[in-house]
Amino acid sequence: MPALDIASTDFELFDTEPRFHQDRAALDARWRELQTEVHPDRFAAQGAAAQRIAVQWSVRVNEAYHRLKDPVRRAAYLCELNGASIDAQNNTAMPAEFLMQQMAWREALDEARTVDDVEALVQQVTDHRRAALQRLEATLDDERDYVAAAQQVRALMFVERFAQDIDHRLEALGQ
Amino acid sequence: MALLQISEPGGAPDPHQRRIAIGIDLGTTHSLVAAVRHGVAECLPDDAGRVILPSAVRYLAGDKREIGSAALAEAASDPRNTIVSVKRFMGRGLDDIAGRAKLPYDFVDAPGMVQLRTVAGVKSPVEISAEILATLRRRAEDTFDDDIFGAVVTVPAYFDDAQRQATKDAAQLAGLNVLRLISEPTAAAIAYGLENGAEGLYAVYDLGGGTFDISLLRLSAGVFEVVATGGDSALGGDDFDAALAEWALQQAGVEAVTPQDKRAVLVAARATKEKLSSVDHAMLACPLDAGELAVPVTRAEFAALTQHLVQSTITATRKVLRDAKTGKVDVKGVVMVGGSTRMPMIQAAVGEFFGQKPLTNLNPDEVVALGAAIQANALAGNAGAGELLLLDVIALSLGLETMGGLVERIIPRNSTIPTARAQDFTTFKDGQTAMALHVVQGERELVADCRSLARFELRGIPPMVAGAARIRVAFQVDADGLLSVTAREEGSGVEAAITVKPSYGLSDEQIAQMLTESFGTAEQDMHARSLRESLVEAERMVLATHSALAADGDLLSADERGAIDALVAAVERSRSSTDHAAIDAAVEALAKGTEAFAAHRMNRGIRQALAGRAVEDL
Repeated sequence: MPALDIASTDFELFDTEPRFHQDRAALDARWRELQTEVHPDRFAAQGAAAQRIAVQWSVRVNEAYHRLKDPVRRAAYLCELNGASIDAQNNTAMPAEFLMQQMAWREALDEARTVDDVEALVQQVTDHRRAALQRLEATLDDERDYVAAAQQVRALMFVERFAQDIDHRLEALGQ
Repeated sequence: MALLQISEPGGAPDPHQRRIAIGIDLGTTHSLVAAVRHGVAECLPDDAGRVILPSAVRYLAGDKREIGSAALAEAASDPRNTIVSVKRFMGRGLDDIAGRAKLPYDFVDAPGMVQLRTVAGVKSPVEISAEILATLRRRAEDTFDDDIFGAVVTVPAYFDDAQRQATKDAAQLAGLNVLRLISEPTAAAIAYGLENGAEGLYAVYDLGGGTFDISLLRLSAGVFEVVATGGDSALGGDDFDAALAEWALQQAGVEAVTPQDKRAVLVAARATKEKLSSVDHAMLACPLDAGELAVPVTRAEFAALTQHLVQSTITATRKVLRDAKTGKVDVKGVVMVGGSTRMPMIQAAVGEFFGQKPLTNLNPDEVVALGAAIQANALAGNAGAGELLLLDVIALSLGLETMGGLVERIIPRNSTIPTARAQDFTTFKDGQTAMALHVVQGERELVADCRSLARFELRGIPPMVAGAARIRVAFQVDADGLLSVTAREEGSGVEAAITVKPSYGLSDEQIAQMLTESFGTAEQDMHARSLRESLVEAERMVLATHSALAADGDLLSADERGAIDALVAAVERSRSSTDHAAIDAAVEALAKGTEAFAAHRMNRGIRQALAGRAVEDL
């Protein structure tokens, strides 16, 4: 295996195949192992220069861990590595069917009056997300169609944004 | 001070050079210092054998001060100049301080952090806390008859950036090298060795003198994540004292009018409360202006008149479980912290609520300091301490204000630290040349509901149409959870940066001046001490450089090697001098001149370590 470098990919750093399917327990274990080597606390006794480098490494390891353990961020990263840009800000074209569903969800959230109403919506969104992630895994790991995967990632980003709005709504209802 | 020596994890470079590192619990009511001696963490006592230092500072005329018990003893007679519970004011503005009308202090509204006017002048909470910390530092120095390498200081899990920065400033002002700030519940969990135990949820119930904190920690992969915190920052042992005092005055039919009387009754109530943890009845007695107060009280009476306080801690505990979307059956263990958890009715109520006996075998006053000491010992790189690596998360989300007073979250809570994140923003007006950035901390959607940390401006953006500029705002959080922010317009390269401390902490110059003032009295001692420290540092630096050159000299070109050799020679020459400034300058030059070399060595070391691991995995 090539010498690790701060510029290595997340997958190289975590010593794992560059694919969507990942074993979360293995990621956790490798993260801990990496931090054991690079965390600034390991060099607390060694002055400013050592601290600065350790912080760089430690930040890099945390960044990779943050990206790898989240399926949507991991998928986006894989697409980018393979030349398929996500560019979510400028690329907002979505299939009509998907947009219709988004609108239906938004309406349902606006009309929800009780915690139970919102919880029902949470269930729908969770199911949708699980199915979408399964499709994404097939697109990335079996078909290796990164352009199609990038489109699916953009759609999932919409879904995540909506899930956040639901959370805020639940918080508001809880108060 | 750049030390070049890279030691094996857990192995100190030389067993005779064991570094003394201390853990400090800087509490609202009292503070403690602990250290690992002979492999065991223990709290360090003062000359009189007391480990607890009351967090009280009394300022006297003529730049004198009393700290701890001596100050507390005069709290009733000199309330305005005797500051207790200063932790409540750390990093807080005047408007943040609840119930300030009832406090006997002369507050001064200052930008960012409130200050207090005393007979010795206007003092900031940072200075007052530094007096307490310096007292503990001297206690540790006397115990070991040696200099202290560094300290871990604990803060409540919910402390925001301003409060953490104020705490760090206070420690620095007290002459301490802060190795880390860690959260109090995490320190308590470490003291009980929970990081070696089963993964799962743990509750830390901390009822101190002035605050009640309930924290839920999740242990996974050896990392404590603060899942949820709650409590009441205005509920603690003091309230039990106040309830008892008020009741006693009612019973006796007298009123405490003067500040002296009010304080005297509270002091007597506290003593009575402590007695009632071991005996069934006690006498609350003290002299007042109107005559002698003497009221008998039983444990049952005390329990009844404070029952609402106990109940409100349980209500807060229930709320934290609800916030964490979990139930009490998921909690694997409950740690009790804070002297107030000695009260039998508290232990009973907590045990009943969780359906399990809480952990109480460590002294609840000492447990946080003990955990901090264990962490400090590990951070100092002492032998046998290498196994403990405390990975931490930030407790509160960090973000920026965007249009309409909304918060754009840049780093979500529970992100592992250190961490760095960036986000791109743009201009919203044609020809806009400046952008105001407002950094906030908190979980709420509206800026108004979050804590404002800092404001700064990016100026000199070249005029462009709206939306064309690309402004990258980068947040970096270090291992202590402290934040710095930079903003950069990518097209033109104009940049602005801020380390988040301007409105609350003290500037480095202010700290330097205060340090000079506080140590200025014994100038001769100071000089001798500085010289000794400089000589030790010079020797350490030369040794470290020699061993670094021996190990990794091959990384250097002949010219680079020559430059370093010359710097080492300059340090050697300076050591015959009695001018500590000259020695410091030579050491500083060597540190600077070897920085790049240190960086190369470290990268090589890390690469080798990681590659070694990877090979084993195959």
